[in-house]
Amino acid sequence: MTARIKNFPGVSLSEKDFEEGKILFVHDELKADYAWDTGIGIGAYLAGLKRGVILGVRCGHCRKIVVPPRTVCEWCFHPMDEYVPVKDTGMVNTFSLCYVTWDVKRITEPEIPAVIALDGASALSETSVIMGGIMHKLGEVEPKQVKIGTRVQAVWKPESEREGAITDILYFKPI
Amino acid sequence: MGMRKVAVIGAGMTKFVRRAQETPKELSWEAARMALESCELTMDDIQAVCMGTAPDAFDGVHMKGEYLSDGAGAWRKPYLRAFVGGGTGVFTPIQGWYHVASGLFDVVLLVCEEKMSSFYPHAQAAFVTIFDHTTERPLKPNLLWIFAIEMNRYMTAYGINKKDIARVAVQHKQNAANHPCAMLGEADITVDDVLNSEVLAWPVQRLDVSPVSDGAVAIILAAEHVARRLTSKPVWIEGVGWNLDTAYWTNRDLAYPRYVEYAARQAYEMAGIQEPRKEIHIAEPYDPFDYKVLHHLEGLGLAERGKAVDLYLNGTAAPDGDMPVCPSGGLLGVGNPIAAAGLMKIAELFWQLRGEAGARQVPGSPKKGIAQAWGDLMQVGTVVIMGR
Repeated sequence: MTARIKNFPGVSLSEKDFEEGKILFVHDELKADYAWDTGIGIGAYLAGLKRGVILGVRCGHCRKIVVPPRTVCEWCFHPMDEYVPVKDTGMVNTFSLCYVTWDVKRITEPEIPAVIALDGASALSETSVIMGGIMHKLGEVEPKQVKIGTRVQAVWKPESEREGAITDILYFKPI
Repeated sequence: MGMRKVAVIGAGMTKFVRRAQETPKELSWEAARMALESCELTMDDIQAVCMGTAPDAFDGVHMKGEYLSDGAGAWRKPYLRAFVGGGTGVFTPIQGWYHVASGLFDVVLLVCEEKMSSFYPHAQAAFVTIFDHTTERPLKPNLLWIFAIEMNRYMTAYGINKKDIARVAVQHKQNAANHPCAMLGEADITVDDVLNSEVLAWPVQRLDVSPVSDGAVAIILAAEHVARRLTSKPVWIEGVGWNLDTAYWTNRDLAYPRYVEYAARQAYEMAGIQEPRKEIHIAEPYDPFDYKVLHHLEGLGLAERGKAVDLYLNGTAAPDGDMPVCPSGGLLGVGNPIAAAGLMKIAELFWQLRGEAGARQVPGSPKKGIAQAWGDLMQVGTVVIMGR
């Protein structure tokens, strides 16, 4: 059928068509303000961060310890309510050197987002799950020196400046 | 299972472009009209409409399903918009399949549309809201992060280099040179072009990734007794599967897409396929990034873990190879208007299995093909197996 059709619909425009006013368009900015309550599991997590502790949660049924905390175990669907501290050290499971910001601005010094497998959470299991894996950024490191497997530790904000947020950890640095 | 046989009997699509003049409704209508004409039906013959379109945030229109409904021909018909992120384009035919297989409807129209260009200045920023608002968004994540992070994990876990992965992008963009709707078809592209392109989020470079695009695709499904009256070449939907992994994406081993495996197993079982590597003749795995194709081929059981790249190195994946992969040109070559790109893969299998794919036609009268897409926050797998 594609072989029989010669003209497909769809008219391609360029940025120039907008700049030169060749087409009509409407520009608008949506305003949307939200206040998200943290809930129970993440609420405990954030309260822990404010104290300088990374909390996981343990399932009393299958005994897994996962980070971030949640109120139900995804594996056995039992409640999870036993909050346990894990370490603020871990291993770089994977990372990127990112030269583009979230809104697509170019930067010369890359951001280094990483998945960090925290010590003290359940280890990689036959379910191929890194139960202590969290996303954060790496710092105090030459970007090209970062490797998967690098040992890292959290660098915390001074206690007086912590507010109960993931950003209470500034970044993770190699140890 | 007590299900009726369901056939694809018609398909239509618009060009995939960086920025379309047409509105999302207009794109939907163009694709729908073309699909109807391809099998000589009219809107009166359509009993229900399934719409697939990705995040409302692209268009800045809440309840986009309703917004698109007139263009999709949904007026006075049972209508539902399906949405599983990037997996939508291959989920919508699954939704249409159970509409017909169940006996509820005999003829169903599927329309998948995406217009990503309306978001200013770049659709990338619309993706920030898919991250967890409390534990991730304060870090100002970029959608590229998770792909780059996953690609690095995949490369490192299996010791695969970027030069070999670049072969995927090259092959797909070359394939797309023969697709009349493609925006990035390039017959002369080389591995060096990919390796020398701008580094966005190492290891992801500009030509490793599919573009922001606008476009629409439509498909018509019919029950067996209708399909046999309307066409001598029905293409059957023989198996479907879909599956979700944990939404805590950092809790997964990113080296292997387990959700694709589970979805594929469901589809293979339904289609009675026991040896996919022998029985599947054409694969259209989801390819928003080049490494992702390899990831998905492994999840689909079409290659050993860490070995999918060999299909590109030894020519198996080429259009004249033993199992052509993305003969359409895929998202990397034709373009990536998200939901439409997934349904484009269904349209490609339809055309290829009927021998109507023109310059892209793969040799050897292929009989079975598989299409797959992936989405949500990287954890949904959707799979459709088609045969004639």
